[in-house]
Amino acid sequence: MSTLSGIGGRLYRGETSIDFIGKRRRWYALSGLVIIISAIVLGTQGLHLGIEFKGGAEFSITKADATVEDGRAAIAKAGATGESVVQKVGNDRIRIQTGALDNFNSVKQSLAETFGVNIDDIDTQIIGPSWGKEITKKALYGLIGFIIVVMLFLTMTFEPKMAIAAIVATIHDVFITVGIYALVGFDVTPATVIGFLTILGYSLYDTVVVFDKVRENTKSITSTGKVTYSAAANLAVNQTLVRSFNTSLIALLPVASILFVGAGLLGAGTLKDLSLALFVGLATGTYSSIFIATPMLAQLREREPAMRALAKRVAQHAPGAVTAEAKGAASPELSDSGSGAKTSWARGPRNQPKRKRR
Amino acid sequence: MRLRSGINNPQSSSSNSKSAKTSGKSAKSIAILGVALIAFSAVAVIQGATKVKLGLDLRGGTSVTLTPRASEGTKVTNEAISQAVEIIRQRVNSLGVAESEVAAQGSGTNRQIVISVPGETGEKIVQLVGQTAELRFRQVLVEGAPNTTSVSADTQTATLPNGITPELSARYAALDCTNKTNLQGGSTESPDIAVVACDRGGTGKFILAPAQVLGNMVSKATAAIDQQGAAGWYVSLDFNGEGTSKFGALTTSVTGLPAPQNQVAIVLDGLVVSAPRINEAINGGSAQITGSFGQEEASNLANVLKYGALPLAFDQGEVLQVSPTLGTDQLHAGLLAGLLGFILVFLYSFLYYKALGLVTVASLLVASAIAYLSFLLLGEWLGFTLTLAGIAGAIVAVGITADSFVVYFERLRDEVREGRSIRSAAETGWVKARHTIIVADMVSMIAAVLLYFFAVGGVRGFAFTLGLTTLIDLLVVFAFTHPLVSLISKTNFFASGHKLSGFSPKSLGMKIKTDVTENLKG
Repeated sequence: MSTLSGIGGRLYRGETSIDFIGKRRRWYALSGLVIIISAIVLGTQGLHLGIEFKGGAEFSITKADATVEDGRAAIAKAGATGESVVQKVGNDRIRIQTGALDNFNSVKQSLAETFGVNIDDIDTQIIGPSWGKEITKKALYGLIGFIIVVMLFLTMTFEPKMAIAAIVATIHDVFITVGIYALVGFDVTPATVIGFLTILGYSLYDTVVVFDKVRENTKSITSTGKVTYSAAANLAVNQTLVRSFNTSLIALLPVASILFVGAGLLGAGTLKDLSLALFVGLATGTYSSIFIATPMLAQLREREPAMRALAKRVAQHAPGAVTAEAKGAASPELSDSGSGAKTSWARGPRNQPKRKRR
Repeated sequence: MRLRSGINNPQSSSSNSKSAKTSGKSAKSIAILGVALIAFSAVAVIQGATKVKLGLDLRGGTSVTLTPRASEGTKVTNEAISQAVEIIRQRVNSLGVAESEVAAQGSGTNRQIVISVPGETGEKIVQLVGQTAELRFRQVLVEGAPNTTSVSADTQTATLPNGITPELSARYAALDCTNKTNLQGGSTESPDIAVVACDRGGTGKFILAPAQVLGNMVSKATAAIDQQGAAGWYVSLDFNGEGTSKFGALTTSVTGLPAPQNQVAIVLDGLVVSAPRINEAINGGSAQITGSFGQEEASNLANVLKYGALPLAFDQGEVLQVSPTLGTDQLHAGLLAGLLGFILVFLYSFLYYKALGLVTVASLLVASAIAYLSFLLLGEWLGFTLTLAGIAGAIVAVGITADSFVVYFERLRDEVREGRSIRSAAETGWVKARHTIIVADMVSMIAAVLLYFFAVGGVRGFAFTLGLTTLIDLLVVFAFTHPLVSLISKTNFFASGHKLSGFSPKSLGMKIKTDVTENLKG
């Protein structure tokens, strides 16, 4: 633990610096590759949709010694038409999913008789054929609404370019998460969809923490003229790295315990579906705030004439010193007591002139 | 916890008086929060809200979600939805299951009706709520007390009025409208035959002629008040072309007949809503229903007629039936997951932040107490029920809440790394962390609100608890965590950077120790 703190201190002072922004092409390429693979898998085999999206019926029978074979035999005997899926759930539960049933009540009756349980003790779920469309439609509305509102919100609190970069990172997360679902073949249920939507909020939480620091570090860079936007942003990512790691880990811990209990004890259902989506999304969200959102922001800002001029000025004043690319290689050797432009900015926001303390 | 005395430190008397002020403020803020917690607990106890209301998935029951089917000419208006809720509630209440609920959810194009009935009621509910309710106008043939056993008061004559078969008479005699189960409604009977029916409120029963005018022939219905005040509130009713001629014929044929056969019953969903007497033939396609209406009764009747004109058909979206056994299992699993999540977060923050981690633990406990209290009171006030998805939302929120502390603590440590004393870092770090926390929580809040409005059924519970706990997070960070940190930053243990305080130079990864100690001496 204290090792992590030690790293935190070095990252904060800029002694250890990981070059996230300079090597952005590498990360873009990695994400691009995952997205392309995801798209291919999505196109060829698609998502593994639960009955909620297709319409159908589900029966859960609590019986200690029932096996999957018993379930298959029972459902065949009950006269359920079409394809059915039988799963053992937890220790003492059998879950049977079927397509839409005309003879729902008689199937249920028959199952109760076969397993020798009270008919009211069979847990059931019937899903209408249009339910899935309904959910998908609403999820889509939710997604669009969220992106618009958050764009406006971030534009107001930060700046338009931060909003764009944050949203790009968020959409990236949704793509990757959906891609992972397609790749692994996890079941997609309405709870999963809700998980996806919640990821949006989560992913942005992380990005907001990083961007808040970027904003602080870059506030007065044009007047000091010592560092480029990219270099200042890169320092911000490094300074918030431990924080990002901690917030993500702490957010993951409860989600992991839901996943553990949901998958382990209950077998399947809301808890498992929700927490799995969150788990996958949270991990991607942390990745994207660091590797996608901030480099994207730096790239957008560096195109501005003021930032270009700044980059030129920085290059003239200290040739070869503080470009994001050069920085990563050079700075580990620098100690705290070193002098010059580089160290003074690397000491963090304290030394930035004209910063008003609130 | 020993507060560092300011008197020993004459050099910085101004900063000490300032710090005395802030520590007073901090203590006050924590005290206010404590008093508020106790006060709200007292309110909860007084109101008898001692248990969190559990959703059906946690205690067993049946829930059905209905989505209005969009068909040509049908507009899903708020009025139509609330009328449909009314009709379904009438049907569900006939089952006499306590705590059954019928409620409309969502807005705009997202409206649904969610029916929840606790306990083991099985498939009955599903069949009950699915049918489309229809409106019909039927001539009254016989009207009587709700539990009368014969067609006419004079049983001796045994002559049945016109159009009444012995079979109808027998059914009429057998029908007891004081029995709730007979007030179920349902529009299964054909409009072409005579029927027996109860009054909606169970205060009367009827034999009714075949329906000549149907609900879809109504073109407009409004409640209005007679400005002269003579007639009071009334309902005006307009028919379309077909309705005009049919209603004309119906009213022509009944005027002049002896009561009750000069009445036309307005039957919605198989139950008589109103049975006004027809005073004259109405051929103009426009009628007024007067009576001793209040505003509410008049607009209710108008809404019934409007709804009848364009009845809503529903698609069965989802039917969920959970046995009490599974419900209990899910509740236990949810609680276990929550406990586990808590323990993991506690362990991590304690290992990483040492004594400072105890602040996280204390803050999370306060947040949980507030959340629990909110669940109790919202259950009492707004009928909030905790579902499995809701529990999941609350557990996920443990992480988000703890994240706020991490953001604050890391800021604090950054400030100390820059050479500030822990005491002043508690304030400067807070000012910087505050902004981040507010913005990040706002984003979570936006996500929760949108999820709530766009979500379907039980998932709203998730969004609701997520939003609620985000607000609680803000409250706790502002009113508890920050004041607590600024109090303890004045204790020797923290101010001296004890190696277990989470502020030791080693755990901060500091190289120059003198930097800190100097500040602390000063």
